[in-house]
Amino acid sequence: MSIKIKDVNYIYAEGTAYEIHALKDVNLEIPDGQFVGLIGHTGSGKSTLVQHLNGLIRATGGRIYYDDRDIYGENFSMKELRSQVGLVFQYPEHQLFEVDVLTDVCFGPKNLGYTREEAEQKAREALRMVGLGEEYEKRSPFELSGGQKRRVAIAGVLAMEPRVLILDEPTAGLDPRGRDEILDQIELLQKERGITVVLVSHSMEDVARYVDRIIVMNHGEVRFDGTPREVFRHYRELEEIGLAAPQMTYLMQGLKEKGADVDTDATTIEEAADAIVHWLKNGQE
Amino acid sequence: MIRDITLGQYYPARSVIHQLDPRVKLVTTMIFIVSLFVAKGVTGYAIATVFLITVIRMSKVPFRFMTKGLKAILMILMLTVVFNLFLIDGDYELWRFGFLRITDKGLKTAVFMAVRLVYLILGSSIMTLTTTPNDLTDGLERLLGPFKKIHVPVHEIAMMMSIALRFIPILLEETDKIMKAQIARGADFETGNLIQKAKAMVPLLVPLFISAFRRANDLAMAMEARCYHGGDGRTKMKPLHYERRDRIAYAVVWSYLLLMIGAGWAASFYGIMLL
Repeated sequence: MSIKIKDVNYIYAEGTAYEIHALKDVNLEIPDGQFVGLIGHTGSGKSTLVQHLNGLIRATGGRIYYDDRDIYGENFSMKELRSQVGLVFQYPEHQLFEVDVLTDVCFGPKNLGYTREEAEQKAREALRMVGLGEEYEKRSPFELSGGQKRRVAIAGVLAMEPRVLILDEPTAGLDPRGRDEILDQIELLQKERGITVVLVSHSMEDVARYVDRIIVMNHGEVRFDGTPREVFRHYRELEEIGLAAPQMTYLMQGLKEKGADVDTDATTIEEAADAIVHWLKNGQE
Repeated sequence: MIRDITLGQYYPARSVIHQLDPRVKLVTTMIFIVSLFVAKGVTGYAIATVFLITVIRMSKVPFRFMTKGLKAILMILMLTVVFNLFLIDGDYELWRFGFLRITDKGLKTAVFMAVRLVYLILGSSIMTLTTTPNDLTDGLERLLGPFKKIHVPVHEIAMMMSIALRFIPILLEETDKIMKAQIARGADFETGNLIQKAKAMVPLLVPLFISAFRRANDLAMAMEARCYHGGDGRTKMKPLHYERRDRIAYAVVWSYLLLMIGAGWAASFYGIMLL
């Protein structure tokens, strides 16, 4: 279910004093099963872009193709698109409203027309995937901790069994442990189900470990698009637009400057350790 | 959809109207509203129209932006027009179909009522569009100042008003966000009968209320953390004071009101009330 974005422009509040050109000629193609990191500074247009992908915002110019079908076409059903492209908003725990966790997670599948039993089964499955056991099912979502609430909200979208899962800053406001848990579960999910995942973030560090591809947005434009290694080579330009490469990139660049012939493409601690060991063993003769 | 509500929204621009003292704008709005009820016949409304258009032009706020606020009262407006049109008994019958009939008086009242309602909304929109909520409250607090002597909690009223106004855009944005989040989960806010539509509001209203209370709590805490303890002994960083333009504005506004009263009086005296 590839997504193609062609020359998409979005102008917010056109013709008023609040006019903002939020997206400028964005062209992207996201193939099936890819794990994509969408990175940009606050106000770079990344949240606006992902809301286009399930039709919540209509582009002021350009076309979006889902599975080679034009989503602005006449016979295209937005409801169907929304069942296939799941979007988890920033601070999704603010959208919880039901009396207990299970009923809240059932909201999505029920809206898709599943019976109560089917919806509950999908909800249980989704809760299991975010690591919440049966003991949580009957609890009020409002008495859970922040991290647990967020898992419930993510489960609420997962229960709709989307083919594409978009998460807008899923780790904002979580402690490092909660962050790692959520990202690990998303990675597992992506591998288990083979779905496409778009992870929106402003932190390179978070994203570098998980994704196959990084798209960097700045002022409504796509600035870089490639594998993490390719993108992090531009670490100086990334700094100019207010983003930083992972700490390991800096460490490896620093070592290189001091004369150590290490692989500067290493982005995670594990890769960096391997690269340094490799250099210590081989490179020093 | 939800962004169409312009009530309580500030439109930044540099114009004379924006620079006026908020007290002048509050008083002017009040006088304008009074003048609409004083107005009699075409002459009165013509003067009000000229006044309104001049002020809108001077404010440099796009007219399109103001008419957005009118959408909200469209239903009330239509009801008013329909009821006045068909229910008021007059001397001449203009049109009849079964039990429905339109008379000269009904038509006249319906038109004037519609114009009056539209002008009311436009007039008060100009005030909120050209004045920041902070200025507005400052102005109100100063205007109501004398009532402090009889123990009216003027400062508290002003503070509540300013918070309420400040929260309108925040809650609108929040509504928009929650609505989108629920639509992404397959919620449908548009189709269905009245009961289904009311039910569909639950996933929107519950999170909205919770968020309103959370924000209220946060704000109260932030205010207390900065030692807020009401208005006693509180001074302003930028105290309000009248400039030359404010005095000119007052002169213009009061002469406008006199003109309106005069026009109404002259009209009834000489019987030149058109229509």
